[in-house]
Amino acid sequence: MQSLTPQRLTQLKEQANLCRQGIIRSLLSAGSGHSAGSLDMADIFTAFYQYILRHDPKNPEWPERDRLLLSCGHITPVRYSAMAYAGYFPVEELLTLRKFGSRLQGHPERTRMPALETTSGPLGEGLAQGTGMALAAKMDGKEFRTYVVTSDAEHQCGLHWEAVLTAGKFKLDNLMCVIDRNFIQIDGSTEDIMPLEPLADKYRAFNWEVFQCNGNDMAEFIQTVEKAKAVKGKPVVIIAITVPGKGVSYMEGDYTWHGKPPNKDQADEALRELEAERERITAHA
Amino acid sequence: MPSANVANGVSMHLAPLDDPKSIKQVPTRNGFGEGLLEAAKANENVIGICADLSESTRFLGLKEALPDQYIEIGVSEQMLVAMAGGLASTGKIPWIASYAMFNPGRSWEQVRTIMALNETNVKIAGAHAGVSVGPDGATHQAVEDIAIMRVIPHMTVVVPCDTLQTKKATLALTQMHGPVYLRFAREKSPIVTTEQTPFEIGKAQTFREGKDVAIVACGILLYNALIAAQELAAEGIDCMVINNHTVKPMDARAIVDAAKRTGAIVTVEEHQVHAGMGSRVAEILAQQHPTPIEFVGVQDQFGQSGDPSELIEHYGMGTSAIKDAVRRILKRRTR
Repeated sequence: MQSLTPQRLTQLKEQANLCRQGIIRSLLSAGSGHSAGSLDMADIFTAFYQYILRHDPKNPEWPERDRLLLSCGHITPVRYSAMAYAGYFPVEELLTLRKFGSRLQGHPERTRMPALETTSGPLGEGLAQGTGMALAAKMDGKEFRTYVVTSDAEHQCGLHWEAVLTAGKFKLDNLMCVIDRNFIQIDGSTEDIMPLEPLADKYRAFNWEVFQCNGNDMAEFIQTVEKAKAVKGKPVVIIAITVPGKGVSYMEGDYTWHGKPPNKDQADEALRELEAERERITAHA
Repeated sequence: MPSANVANGVSMHLAPLDDPKSIKQVPTRNGFGEGLLEAAKANENVIGICADLSESTRFLGLKEALPDQYIEIGVSEQMLVAMAGGLASTGKIPWIASYAMFNPGRSWEQVRTIMALNETNVKIAGAHAGVSVGPDGATHQAVEDIAIMRVIPHMTVVVPCDTLQTKKATLALTQMHGPVYLRFAREKSPIVTTEQTPFEIGKAQTFREGKDVAIVACGILLYNALIAAQELAAEGIDCMVINNHTVKPMDARAIVDAAKRTGAIVTVEEHQVHAGMGSRVAEILAQQHPTPIEFVGVQDQFGQSGDPSELIEHYGMGTSAIKDAVRRILKRRTR
């Protein structure tokens, strides 16, 4: 991994900003899709694709690559955008999101784009598959790591906890779960719909190591991943606190943006705001 | 001496059915355990993942002989499928086994998304299928599993007729790349094939030639079909018997050829008559060669506790029920 110099950090922040702009443009083009969670995970997906992962965008099926799974498939616009800016495919292809014949399906499908690692959308299934990948690495003495991004609300799914239990049993310290803790789901606040707290205690009780960080702070997230990678003998979860809709002020903190896209005027406003922010980021450099 | 019967150019070695006392009885699940162990010895990527049923699903042989290729995850059937998907993505060939009622019964959505849509090389062994599970009762008697698996794109569905064929099917399905459902039963059942009987995925087998009615069966009821055909011969009714072990992709040509030859079909399966093997036969014939059909199977009911043989009789899948179906279809035969 490269060292996180101030210049590198500025570059990553600019890339996260561009990732958000890609999300807005693709959602506008699609006319449907999930805005809030996609935007709030732009920093984390940019960190993964441009800093953390051991991968090769030109050779997505390289057997030694780190695996990154997106369990909550509905925020796939952020993954597509981060992948495009990392060089997996042309940025213009983002405008084909959810269109007939596109590789960019409404929910991600591995068979259309192998770099997605798996097919997701039905919630609560990513960590279970990641557990299998991490266990396979242990069985075969492979060095690759498996990272699984999950939403907070999918902790309401039983299968997710079957995976938490199993990863604890096998002491999978090559497995890391990153929770997008934005406290929202379709019908409202997670703590109103089905409370998840105390979430960290639940993981500790299942023999996991728990870290918490600001998921919208690039440096803090990367430093937390570094610390988490040093843990031996147990799987690690990072509870990344995020602001739904992050970067677009009229969406921030509003759960009603969970499952809808911006219209043309809203997208223009969002892109103006993001571009102004990008200029501030690069002016600091 | 095994009797040899030549059909479609293939020599079918069958056990001598004219002497029922000589027929050995072994559970089909034994064949799975033997096949899995043989496949795992030949290829270290073949692994077994068990959801707390190692003895009854016949995982014990693998567990004891090759513990590094055996994973125990407890009572979590959705996890069984999802975790196997992850392992398969790295090149492993996971066989996952539970009772059919729980896997794929409980795990259907994971099977559809992670195994089929995602095209992973995961193999499901569905044990304890059918009412012949016996005393455990309806909760444990899967009679809907063929339906929910055959409807999934990319899925291969195989229901072997005895323990020897189950072993051959396990080995063949391990070699095949892609998602698979292998269904077998709990109780001892007659071994109707021999070591020499061929097995090929997707290729139905004519176990008895005949010109009046074609009995198309799968699973352990194949024996009842053969006995029914033998007894009907004494009444002058000449039945063909087809072992239709691959429900998906079904051997449409063999089904159409049988319909053309006999003009009357009886399907036999230990499953709901709705949406099972017989329904697929009907779909093929409705489109390619409309033919009267009688369906022997569970008639839109749940099972209950009892002895396997009395349950098979009660739910209309015994030899006499098959003979009745043959007599009924003869009256509806169009030529």
